[in-house]
Amino acid sequence: MTRHTVVIVDDHAMFRAGVRAELGDAVEVLAEAADVDEAVAAVVARQPEVVLLDVHLPGGGGADVIRRTHGKAPDTKFLALSVSDAAEDVIGTIRAGARGYVTKTITGAELVDAIDRVAAGDAVFSPRLAGFVLDAFAGTIEVAAVDEDLDRLTEREREVMRLIARGYSYKEVAAELFISIKTVETHMGSVLRKLQLSSRHELTRWASERRLL
Amino acid sequence: MTTPLTDARSDPRSDPGAPRKAYRDPDEAVLGGVAAGLAEHLGLPVLWVRVGFMVLAVMGGSGVMFYAGLWMVLPSRRHFDDQAPGLAAAERQGKRRRGRIRRLVDFGPLVAIGAIALGIAGILALVTGQGGIFWPLVLGIAGVALLWRQADEAQRERWLDSTGRINVVRAVVGTGGAAAYLRLLMGVILLVVAIMLISLGSGDWAAARAVGLAAVLCLLGLGFIVGPWLFRLSSDLSEERAERIRSQERADVAAHLHDSVLQTLALIQKSAQDPATVARLARAQERDLRSWLFDSAGGDPTTFAAALRQIAGEVDDAYGVPVEVVCVGDPPVSEKVRPIVLATREAAMNAARHSGAAKVDVYAEATPTRVEVFVRDRGSGFDPGAVAEDRHGLRDSIVDRMQRHGGTAEIRSRPGEGTEVRLTQPLGDSR
Repeated sequence: MTRHTVVIVDDHAMFRAGVRAELGDAVEVLAEAADVDEAVAAVVARQPEVVLLDVHLPGGGGADVIRRTHGKAPDTKFLALSVSDAAEDVIGTIRAGARGYVTKTITGAELVDAIDRVAAGDAVFSPRLAGFVLDAFAGTIEVAAVDEDLDRLTEREREVMRLIARGYSYKEVAAELFISIKTVETHMGSVLRKLQLSSRHELTRWASERRLL
Repeated sequence: MTTPLTDARSDPRSDPGAPRKAYRDPDEAVLGGVAAGLAEHLGLPVLWVRVGFMVLAVMGGSGVMFYAGLWMVLPSRRHFDDQAPGLAAAERQGKRRRGRIRRLVDFGPLVAIGAIALGIAGILALVTGQGGIFWPLVLGIAGVALLWRQADEAQRERWLDSTGRINVVRAVVGTGGAAAYLRLLMGVILLVVAIMLISLGSGDWAAARAVGLAAVLCLLGLGFIVGPWLFRLSSDLSEERAERIRSQERADVAAHLHDSVLQTLALIQKSAQDPATVARLARAQERDLRSWLFDSAGGDPTTFAAALRQIAGEVDDAYGVPVEVVCVGDPPVSEKVRPIVLATREAAMNAARHSGAAKVDVYAEATPTRVEVFVRDRGSGFDPGAVAEDRHGLRDSIVDRMQRHGGTAEIRSRPGEGTEVRLTQPLGDSR
């Protein structure tokens, strides 16, 4: 497998060094950045495949980096990497365009795997993000008839999300539901799309109500 | 034995360096707490002091003046500002009880003493024939005592409950409701009646009525004059209180950092040679800090998610295996939810103890109709059919417990593939 190019954005130098060490030779780290301005400059100049993006950043936060590089780095994917469990921040970063969210306690191997997936255009859901998604879309099945397609999860997508939240890997999800890994990835992609595009009024309300988790 | 917490409150004798100060003790008060405070200060039985005041009061009334003077001068015993920041913080967060609050006041002694005092005063008045000035004086004193008593009550409430802003009404009435208004009203009426009686003693009924009216008007006018000033004073007080709350919060932060982070860092330095311990300490600290920073419930496990997070902490502490909790929906922990919480605990403990997995995933989903919990590990797994009959943890604590409460427990495991325990608890419509 080719080595993916990565930019690490985090305001803690110690954490950046730690991630770099954990990733080792599995990826090629092009640059590091400590705030929004640096990050935008680095992403536009180096055009990495994947940006590991902290949710909380001096100068506006991870979502700002995604917005300000919009159109300037068309092939770059963002993977949110955060210690913050605040649902609104995580969902906000996803809605800004990040392809996934993992917590900072993730192991090196898992992180490399997540980078591979994001680089390939897939979505990456940690159990916690899957939980947020289920929470955000909770109750939509019952009122499915009146909702737009974008504003609800299908039964299948819900099942996939629940298994992810239960700690299943993609492979295990596929085996559990008797579907292919490719299908699991398709479901994840559509959930991510819904999360990003849904104008669902509850989603905003939920995020503001559930200010912290 | 540890020192009872109430002693740390404000006993002036506990600090040998400080000069001894007398306080009124509203907690032990019959009237204003003067006698109780004085008794404590002098080291005498309260009853002696009270009897002394009574005797002095009957013999020429100096006891009354003495009592009133002390009531005005002595500060009421304070309750909030001399606690350790940690204790005060815990108190504000509801983790420990506040200092005792006397809700039910026994009015028996007050009534009895009052009756005896009136009786003796009446006899004296009859004997000496000075009825004209005496009754108004008694009524006036009673009215003033009632008003002062209300001021004490309002002050005490402000101390015990430091939430919310103070306005004029709250500063005067407190949250006492009907009793507070009644005390105020009765106090004013008694005063006016006393003034009327004095004028009645000297003249006819019409003059007394005019004097009474004048007294009421005088009180109203005083209210208009003092009102704006009182209002400004209360808004100053409110600001000062906000400042105090802010500084209390800063103290909370400092105390928390000291108690948790500094201690953990010290422990980590000591056990730097043991990566497992360091990791466990770091995780425990992270959990603690996270719940402190982000958990609006203040770590109080009265909701489902908080209870599960607490379980995760316990398992991690006991076996050094991290437990990741993902919770969708967050009902309060009711009687119906408690069994599934306990079963989850047992399942997570089992997973950490026996599976050898590096981490345990707990996923919980609560809907209005049911609660579901999945506890999953990727450890060694086992054959559920081959579990020995005498293994109580699984059967008694998980399966039987769930069935007793109308739920189900399902265990999926195969050797080498890890284990997943699925717990389901239907909730009645009652909730």
